Amino acid sequence: MSEAAANKIPVTVLTGYLGAGKTTLLNRILSENHGKKYAVIVNEFGEIGIDNDLIVGADEEVFEMNNGCVCCTVRGDLVRIIDGLMKRKGKFDAIILETTGLADPAPVAQTFFVDEDVREKTALDAVVTVADAKWLSDRLKDAPEAKNQIAFADVIVLNKTDLVTKPELAEVEARIRAINPYATLHRTERAQVKLSDVLERGAFDLDRILEIEPEFLDDGGHDHDHDHHHHDHDGHDHHHDHGHSHGGMKHYHDEDMQSLSLRTDRPIDPTKFMPWLQELVAKDGEKILRSKGILSFKGDDDRYVFQGVHMMLEGDHQRKWRNDEKRESRLVFIGRELPEQAIREGFEKTIA
Amino acid sequence: MKDFNRAPETASIVSVTDRVASVKLDAPATAVHFLGDVTAFVGAEESVTFAGSDGEAKPVAVHGGGILCSASDSKRIVMGCDDGKLISLDAKSNIVTLATDAKRRWIDNVALHSDGAVAWSAGKTAYVKAPKGEAKSLDVPSTVGGLAFAPKGVRLAVAHYNGVTLWFPNMGAKPEFLEWKGSHLGVTFSADNRFLVTSMHEAALHGWRLADSRHMRMTGYPARVRSMSWSAGGKFLATSGSDSVILWPFASKDGPMGKEPGMLAPLHAKATVVACHPKDDIFAVGYSDGTILMVRIEDGAEILVRRNAGEPVAALAWNAKGSLLAFATEDGDAGLLTL
Repeated sequence: MSEAAANKIPVTVLTGYLGAGKTTLLNRILSENHGKKYAVIVNEFGEIGIDNDLIVGADEEVFEMNNGCVCCTVRGDLVRIIDGLMKRKGKFDAIILETTGLADPAPVAQTFFVDEDVREKTALDAVVTVADAKWLSDRLKDAPEAKNQIAFADVIVLNKTDLVTKPELAEVEARIRAINPYATLHRTERAQVKLSDVLERGAFDLDRILEIEPEFLDDGGHDHDHDHHHHDHDGHDHHHDHGHSHGGMKHYHDEDMQSLSLRTDRPIDPTKFMPWLQELVAKDGEKILRSKGILSFKGDDDRYVFQGVHMMLEGDHQRKWRNDEKRESRLVFIGRELPEQAIREGFEKTIA
Repeated sequence: MKDFNRAPETASIVSVTDRVASVKLDAPATAVHFLGDVTAFVGAEESVTFAGSDGEAKPVAVHGGGILCSASDSKRIVMGCDDGKLISLDAKSNIVTLATDAKRRWIDNVALHSDGAVAWSAGKTAYVKAPKGEAKSLDVPSTVGGLAFAPKGVRLAVAHYNGVTLWFPNMGAKPEFLEWKGSHLGVTFSADNRFLVTSMHEAALHGWRLADSRHMRMTGYPARVRSMSWSAGGKFLATSGSDSVILWPFASKDGPMGKEPGMLAPLHAKATVVACHPKDDIFAVGYSDGTILMVRIEDGAEILVRRNAGEPVAALAWNAKGSLLAFATEDGDAGLLTL
């Protein structure tokens, strides 16, 4: 996915818990006059109100890869469907893949990392999660799938905002940010979001990772100082009990799913960093849903960028550091029960 | 592998490129079959193009949408389509709809039996229909990856996740299950009915000796095996998936067990399609760089059929006599070689 995606068909993954408004958004994308043709992979036929001859029914068959790695799962049906669709390349500009409300986005994303044929022809563009402003807070408590979908998202469409009060909206946003402070968030009614905000995001394109995601690695907007929640949970009961407020915005700590950001302006030793990162995802990859980073290696004038999904990593030298740029290494992990202290200490040791 | 620098454009290789008749296709073909001596290029959607030995092309509109799979018994081509239709086409351009999926699902796989029975699959369901009779169906635990009729009797191998189901559609008996962890995407019987081989989602083949279900692991490929072809008499199974053609020996009673495969026609490109000659120990191979070679199995001698140009070779087929070789590439080139 790091190669220029010129010849690759972009794939947008549309996810979200039951009833959040995925199909509404999908129907909007298909009906809007944008001059583009989309092939659509859906789980349930019949919900799409638009006539489109490139709609494919999927089975959401999640397969384990035969490589001894239990969390290395792929969507077997996707391999077959994309192969079938690509025989008709030229008939569509992009693919939209709608998952069921209970789906874990990881096998979908991993398919684009590990399957050579899928990788050769298509590029994962972004995981777009539609969330119900009224019910998401409840689902985050009782539905692990809903939490996964938020944690995994590059773009979150917070829908049905007309059904909640302003304080309720602030509350649900704070809960989302406690899990995933890096996704771009859009508030909508009836999934009325600009299509350019959900399509062609290039969220998995190593070259574009940072240009299009102002929130990414930038704690400024929704400050989330991790010193506030070192894992001394002994005194706490439940995550929804210790929301705290900074400058009017509520902050939560989700005990189950967190994000962790690391940064340093001292150069990194690649001979220490690479083995550390690989070992980290090999050991704790099951807990780490997404990882991303930009690195400044010692004696290297190029920026190195990487991203990962669970145990799968890909990285590349991206471009020269610009003179007006601060040579700073920044990493982000989103996952459940992240071994924060160990990650921080491990990273510290890779500094040259 | 440094010794294998014999690029086909060097003068040292025998070339028959000047004997290839070009076939003009309106759109790229994804498969090629022979109906007698008429070559039929199956498009990715809508049409099949017939070509005579002079390369003169005649497109036939067969369907309104995508054509996902095809099989031929040299009398007709049966195609599975993306609107749930299973259609057949003969050399006189007669088109017959054999079946329509009630849910209009994709028809992912099709196989033909020499007695005229046809098998197809949609999702997790495999179907068999005898020339006269109703379609019978079998549900397997996950989506069907591939179908193959056994050379003897009416017995269908249905490849899926974690193994292959062997089904006798005319008998009430419980289908037999050959288990092997992983996703099985393609399946083929040896001509003597002794072995069953699947191509897997991983870059590997798996085989069973049917008499005792003994496993045969065939691994070492750098890429997924998308093409398998039995040599004349079933002595070898020639396969794609590497930068040479991998030939597994099947002549002995143990098949390839404990043996090293042959590696012929190495190139700096990945073999994408292999097609063994129906009578002689020769195969044709197409590569990811567009090269096509004919190779003699005995000594690996190579003849250049098409120079490397453009996109991968998508399809290769011999006619039943072995006098014609047809090919199609992903970028829409097609040709016919008369031997």
